[in-house]
Amino acid sequence: MSKEYTKKGKIPYHKDIAKNWQLYLMTAPYLLGFFIFTILPIVSAVVLSFFYYNMLETPTFIGFNNYFNLIVADTVFLKSIKNTLIFAVITGPLSYFLCLIIAWFINELPRYLRVLMTLVFYAPSLSSSVYFIWQYLFSGDSYGFINGILTKMGVIYEPIQWLSDEEYTLAVVMIVQVWMSLGTSFLSFIAGFQGIDKSLYEAGDVDGIKNRYQEFFYITFPLLKPQLLFSAVMQIVSSFSVSAVSQSLCGLPSTNYSAHTIVLHITDYGNIRYEMGYACAISVILFLIMLGARKLIDILLSYVSDT
Amino acid sequence: MILPSLKIKKKNRRGSRSLAGTVGIFLFLALLGAFMVLPLLYAVISSLKPIDELYAYPPRFFVRRPTTENIEMLFSLAANLWVPFSRYVFNSVFVSGVATVGHIILASMCAFVFSKFNIRINWMFKLVVTALLFNGVVLSLPQYVIMAKLGLLNTYWGYILPVLPMSLGLFLMKQFMDQLPSALIESAGIDGASYFRIFTTIVMPTVKPAWMTLLVFAFQNVWNSNPGGIVFDEQLKLLQSAISEIVAAGIARVGVSMAGSLFIMIPPIIIFVVSQNSVIETMAHSGLKD
Repeated sequence: MSKEYTKKGKIPYHKDIAKNWQLYLMTAPYLLGFFIFTILPIVSAVVLSFFYYNMLETPTFIGFNNYFNLIVADTVFLKSIKNTLIFAVITGPLSYFLCLIIAWFINELPRYLRVLMTLVFYAPSLSSSVYFIWQYLFSGDSYGFINGILTKMGVIYEPIQWLSDEEYTLAVVMIVQVWMSLGTSFLSFIAGFQGIDKSLYEAGDVDGIKNRYQEFFYITFPLLKPQLLFSAVMQIVSSFSVSAVSQSLCGLPSTNYSAHTIVLHITDYGNIRYEMGYACAISVILFLIMLGARKLIDILLSYVSDT
Repeated sequence: MILPSLKIKKKNRRGSRSLAGTVGIFLFLALLGAFMVLPLLYAVISSLKPIDELYAYPPRFFVRRPTTENIEMLFSLAANLWVPFSRYVFNSVFVSGVATVGHIILASMCAFVFSKFNIRINWMFKLVVTALLFNGVVLSLPQYVIMAKLGLLNTYWGYILPVLPMSLGLFLMKQFMDQLPSALIESAGIDGASYFRIFTTIVMPTVKPAWMTLLVFAFQNVWNSNPGGIVFDEQLKLLQSAISEIVAAGIARVGVSMAGSLFIMIPPIIIFVVSQNSVIETMAHSGLKD
């Protein structure tokens, strides 16, 4: 039956299945889908990365050649890694702390204002596919909203090509990315703050906590650790999957690859040039970087909460 | 009894912020809130602007003479498309609906077993938690290769199937079910109900907040996705691609595309507003423990 009743210890799989076939049957549809659309893609990316494969001919085994070419010969790939890491190091943490701080502020508001503010900050992420409106805001001619405002204020004298000048493209994509990044982690923090037992604060008051900031660091922060880890994972996911915004605002390829990311490099080789083996090698490197980032977060958070 | 305790509470008030701090925080929130909302508002307002105001110099944020001509234009352009516009709307609604409902059912069934029973494959939950790292964008290329092999390209299934086993849904659902008392399920088991019956009659009604949350996330995911390459038959494309085609078709289409953005923006926002309380309740259990 439920956890307490089943015997612990290792029953062989076939006996367990014979005994609990109903339970296995209930997990089967989800797990089948999970294997086909998550595990199998990862495994086949690893396998295909050692082949030359163009979807038409049978794959030819070429050993580590794809990886070798990526690292030694493909300067665009290095640029895409650099840009992706910039997202991971700047917009990722920035949006992480915005989520945390805004959720903390919102938590102190009265109920109806809280609901409204949650919607205000979450709305861009909810309707994330309307980022194309930024195209009009950042439009390069003088009718573009931002150019128009800046010219009127006398900051600039001629319109800036926000979306094609390589000095600005990356910054523009970063702004839009932060704009739509208050998503799952934000909701997780809001819920986390609401779930904290208020009596702990009163106890803290007795123990000599002076103001809200101390309260935040000594009481709230340690209690939020599970949310902190979950949100960090969600932030890794979003900063490493930056692609559609850059593609739709700055084009693929963007001017001189200035806003190129790893996922766009995969799209470029996979969906445009049909060099699947090469694209899979890029994917594998992306997976490894993401797993590394996850490990790093674990280590960082264990320092934070052990104090 | 109540009055004295209230008094003590007042005396023991939580540490407070200085006035400057409070003002600062409100300014900060207001500025950031403006950054979040203004682009969306700009889209809404611009969709009401007549053409000369859209190209006014210097650009104005507000509209002087609101008009519905952009929205009418969107519909008339849509009517002239090779595939009727209603077909795109149907595709989007159908695909989002089936994928969302399917995801909720599959993920809840699996989460129920992982949460309340001890079978040999419980370790797979750890695999799912690790897979939270890999979303559809990151996996899209190898998924594309597999869908090509399975013959799922250019079908509705190409949209729907990859969404069904999203890791986030199973994770949130299992976390939520973990806090249901086991006694609830045991007593039903003693009465001789089958596992599936326990799931449908007892568990599912109890975890309503969690499936409302899965609904928000899954719907948002499908609604906002514009998967390139998976479907090339015009008949099967989604509202997103229809609107981006309308937008791309002409230069003077700013107003029309702003009007189009309204149609994309509104459904997920309505769904979130309706289910807001449930989402927050569910997300309270979203924490990851190592």
